[in-house]
Amino acid sequence: MTGPADDAHRAAELAARASYGRLVAYLARRSRDVAAAEDALGDAFVAALATWPRDGVPDKPEAWLLSAARRRLVDAGRHHTVQARALPTLYAVVDEAQGAASSERVFPDERLALLFVCAHPAIDEGMRTPLMLQTVLGLDAARIAAAFVVPAATMGQRLVRVKTKIRDAGIRFEAPEPHEVARRLESVLEAIYAAYGSGWDDVAGADTRLGGLAEEAIWLGRLVARLAPDEPEAHGLLALMLHCEARRAARRDQAGGYVPLREQDATSWSWPMIEEAEAILLDASRAGKPGRFQLEAAVQSAHAQHGITGRTDWEAIALLYDGLIRIAPTVGATVAHAAALAEAEGAERGLAALEALPPDATAGYQPFWALRAHLLRRVQRVDEAAVAYARAIELAEDPAVRAFLVEKSQALSRRADH
Amino acid sequence: MKYTILVYETPIELGARTDQRRQPAYWGAYRAYTQALKEAGIMVGGSGLQPPAVATTVRQRDGKRQVQDGPYAETKEQLGGYYEIEVADLDTALDWAARCPAAATGAVEVRPNLVM
Repeated sequence: MTGPADDAHRAAELAARASYGRLVAYLARRSRDVAAAEDALGDAFVAALATWPRDGVPDKPEAWLLSAARRRLVDAGRHHTVQARALPTLYAVVDEAQGAASSERVFPDERLALLFVCAHPAIDEGMRTPLMLQTVLGLDAARIAAAFVVPAATMGQRLVRVKTKIRDAGIRFEAPEPHEVARRLESVLEAIYAAYGSGWDDVAGADTRLGGLAEEAIWLGRLVARLAPDEPEAHGLLALMLHCEARRAARRDQAGGYVPLREQDATSWSWPMIEEAEAILLDASRAGKPGRFQLEAAVQSAHAQHGITGRTDWEAIALLYDGLIRIAPTVGATVAHAAALAEAEGAERGLAALEALPPDATAGYQPFWALRAHLLRRVQRVDEAAVAYARAIELAEDPAVRAFLVEKSQALSRRADH
Repeated sequence: MKYTILVYETPIELGARTDQRRQPAYWGAYRAYTQALKEAGIMVGGSGLQPPAVATTVRQRDGKRQVQDGPYAETKEQLGGYYEIEVADLDTALDWAARCPAAATGAVEVRPNLVM
């Protein structure tokens, strides 16, 4: 539950992240040095995160951050903590930015160009998303490390290495040519989706690790969709995020307990957001170029129909997941496909689809165990269901999901006792 | 920025240098590429290298010189030459590297030169 004070806090944090990202993009583009830009702004950003929620967002947020950053640069020069070579450039760039920030015009937003730099093919593929999350959204290495399940120190070192490469290899900071936009778009969309929190599908429940960035991710999604109007996948991702976001409040009951999709109160969904998502998806589909995000958005669209018609077209959802598996064969998509098959054709059919997955791929995958437990319960294989519930509970990272599964598991043994 | 384009060629390409039938196409392609770099005004230097069979590798260990016949690394693709260019950024350097004849058959590595 969020109150007005939380909303104000959240808005101030978003404002700080937005300004920070704009400034990193501005300084990095001119100094061609992401690490130096972040370094110059780091302390100022931390100060903004601490004071803006309390005192309110300043009138000219970029100017505020730059003044703080300039003081830090002067200190750094005195203590030789920033590479001496980088300092004159940074001074000049910060001054130039200060000019832009103090003027009456809106501060230039070059975050998208920075996103595309982060998606440069010369950058290690596995590091593109972490890099975007850090440079554009100001996430710290520890939080990114947690999301990518690597030790914080390892993630920190990898990020440093990538930024050194950007600087020393002389990667171009302009927004790429149109043909290059298409090529790098996939990485950018993946990163935005990761930032949104990819755990919103119905089997998995909420992955809250990155959930706090949902609004920023949607903002970035809008920005990319605007830059690449002819790329249906950019619009597909935006539609997908809006559909998920529309149901955010309904995912928890008054007590903070987890509410699965089919038990949600559709009147608490944000219908304006769903309508926007539907319009965007319909528009994207006109291009006739389906892709991963459009298909996932279409699944969410089918779920939204339940709120209107009171029924869910599971056959259609199973077909959509089938298409998704053809494009992007992931364990997640296969488990979701199995869930849809179970609804459309019976629990046995769903279980069979789950059993086709290699055990190595599913051993540590929580949604697999949650769905397996649910389906085994439905076919009265109580003992096996209990084992699957135990594994699903053990793997659940979200306390609300864990509590939900514990409740189901206990109901199972109660029923078995009678 | 100055970049070095390292041209790694397959044995087949290296063989084309002396193969009467394939020679004209091979040298023609490199002449055209070099000419394009010059006309763009970005060529700083560079040279083709004689084949790896002619290479000699030397190491100095504990005050002793160890001399060995052959190239440093026994890989399928071998360094066949290099170009030094001066361009605005990596992206431009990569565009030029992609046009190098070896890019289509062997591999071309792009490295920024160290500023001394």
